[in-house]
Amino acid sequence: MEWAISRRRLLSRVTSSALAFAISSAAGVMRLSAAETKTGFDPGEPPPPDADVLLRMQYELRKALQKPVDQRKWVMVIDLRKCVGCHACTIGCVVENKLPPGVVYRPVIEEEFGTYPNVGRRFIPRPCMQCQNPPCVPVCPVNATWKRPDGVIIIDYEKCIGCRYCITACPYNARTFDFGEYFTDGTPHRAPYEEAPSFEYGKKWYRKNEDSPIGNARKCHFCLHRVEKGQLPMCATTCIGRATYFGDANDPDSLVSELIAKPNVMRLKEELGTDPHVYYLT
Amino acid sequence: MTTPTAGEVEVKDTGYEQLIGAEHTNASLTAKIGDIVLKQPSPKQWFVALGFALMGLSALLVSIAWLFYRGVGVWGLNIPVAWGFAIINFVWWIGIGHAGTLISAILLLMRQRWRTSINRLAETMTLFAVMCAGMFPLLHLGRPWVFYWLFPYPNALGMWPQFRSPLVWDVFAVSTYFTVSLVFWYVGLIPDLASLRDRAKKKIVQMAMGVLALGWRGSAAHWYRYESAYLLLAGLSTPLVVSVHSIVSFDFSISILPGWHTTIFPPYFVAGAVYSGFAMVLTIVIPLRAWYKLKDLITIDHLDWMARITLVTGLIVFYGYLTEIFYAWYSGNVFESFMMKNRMTGPYNMFYWALIFCNGLAPQILWWRKARRNLVVLFIMSLIVNIGMWLERFIIVVTSLHADFMPSSWDMYTPTIWDILLYIGTIGFFLLGMVAFVRLLPTIPIAEMKHLLHEKLHHKKAHKEAEA
Repeated sequence: MEWAISRRRLLSRVTSSALAFAISSAAGVMRLSAAETKTGFDPGEPPPPDADVLLRMQYELRKALQKPVDQRKWVMVIDLRKCVGCHACTIGCVVENKLPPGVVYRPVIEEEFGTYPNVGRRFIPRPCMQCQNPPCVPVCPVNATWKRPDGVIIIDYEKCIGCRYCITACPYNARTFDFGEYFTDGTPHRAPYEEAPSFEYGKKWYRKNEDSPIGNARKCHFCLHRVEKGQLPMCATTCIGRATYFGDANDPDSLVSELIAKPNVMRLKEELGTDPHVYYLT
Repeated sequence: MTTPTAGEVEVKDTGYEQLIGAEHTNASLTAKIGDIVLKQPSPKQWFVALGFALMGLSALLVSIAWLFYRGVGVWGLNIPVAWGFAIINFVWWIGIGHAGTLISAILLLMRQRWRTSINRLAETMTLFAVMCAGMFPLLHLGRPWVFYWLFPYPNALGMWPQFRSPLVWDVFAVSTYFTVSLVFWYVGLIPDLASLRDRAKKKIVQMAMGVLALGWRGSAAHWYRYESAYLLLAGLSTPLVVSVHSIVSFDFSISILPGWHTTIFPPYFVAGAVYSGFAMVLTIVIPLRAWYKLKDLITIDHLDWMARITLVTGLIVFYGYLTEIFYAWYSGNVFESFMMKNRMTGPYNMFYWALIFCNGLAPQILWWRKARRNLVVLFIMSLIVNIGMWLERFIIVVTSLHADFMPSSWDMYTPTIWDILLYIGTIGFFLLGMVAFVRLLPTIPIAEMKHLLHEKLHHKKAHKEAEA
């Protein structure tokens, strides 16, 4: 069978279609997050093998950001053997997201187990599990919460009417409610930092005059505003024991993919069928 | 509202003597019921009730004002227990609202003539109970000023309800229920409003009743259309009796929470709703018939029949409790069995056992005819049922939320003064509605009672002829 087109023609077609694909996928990324392409996330050279895991995770995160959003799957892996219970992640999160009293995205659960004298303690950081089958999403009456293509469950504060159905539906108690309280309530002067804006979801949210997120459900979103700028979530960065790992589980070479393939992996309340995206190493 | 036919009169059913006690004529019936509105000075108990109602109303206004100023943080909510009094009271009120439609629609279709003298009262009770219920889901929002986003209406905000959420079904269920109940109630009122218009001496009353009576002249065509519309509305409301509380129960059963995630919820909620509704009708009717001397129209047999329905639905509710206990054990699920253990022995166990007493044990007294016909027993019983059904919703909402899957998040729920004031406030609002209704509109349907009287006299005549 004869080729109907010349080699040169073929080559030019292949290159142009490859170019078109590259442009369209780049446009796809741009459409989903204009900010990403503006700053550019050149992952650069992979860090040397003996470098801090944070550098490796950051490199992998930036690599993942090159892909369209629906090809990423953000997961978190928490090594309970490394967690010392310092609560730095909780505080880091509170500071990053300017959380008011009663709103905690990532508490560290302390558990005592065994009977005397064979007793032990363990610490279980509990971010939002970003479930594959989130019980909180279908109950929202106004479609204010949903699962992104990359697996993160987010809340549109402007849509949320504050009915708290999602809070009751979540079996992990990962959702909290912003009652509009301040740490300095009852003191003569409200500290200015309490009204500083949080940058969740890449916007500025000032907590005053009953504006969102006051009166909204709030939850951990894997620091999407940081992730989309090529930075790791605050809890992963803050962890002094390097017990929290974050990355793209769709990348077979990523650190998180390596870790969740281990035999000592568990997830919270797997029997509920929620299919969490947070894994624990025990 | 069935027109008696010759065949029906022969049928030996509930004695008419039980339905209309004294010897009445059409004129005496109209006078007796109409004069409550037009002539008779209100008894002093009415003023006392009005006073309590106004006090309740001010509590309602103050607590809503404070709520809107400070937000839902003024309530005793916390994070595991993100639903508290608001949802408990919502379900309680909507349940109470169920007796009205059951009495007016289902009993009508079943040709239960004893519904006639209590249906207006029960329907009015439904309207105000649904209003009280409807307040809570809106007040409990973190951002109540955007409540209208729950409705599917074309807008430029990009808002559209999530039809998988039972909360959206609630909006439709409750608003449909309210609308149909209101129309049903109003259609039933039209001939009576015309009677009042014709009897009224004051110009203003004549005008008001005349406008509301929509030009009713009592012609055959009017009656024909009225009867068709009434029957049609009864047919429309019948499925609503079942659907509304089923949907309310889905609010809970859709979640995977232990104690909520059960298939028994819809039937058990509907039975509970009818149970609490009848109890509330009894609570209102017993004093009312004494104050307004209506014992010949709302007879002891009416109370007896209502007590029987209360007993039957109470037994269904109690069966629901037993099923919950059985499945907590039979499921083999550690969270389910813990939930039941926590209800029985946990920090809220007093509420649970009070619930078992109120809804399980106490109603058994209604097996005895003597108890059903004893006003004091029946009145106390109706209060016990009202309390019991409130406790049921408290147990469902609070015990499941306060200790669910994550022991690290367990917390206790304590209502604040604002929770309690708002609840008392809605009771005041409800009472005000009832007090105003008794004063302004015929409490007992005059036209329907005349139908019944006609049947009674006809029946007597037929009986005499048969004897002769």
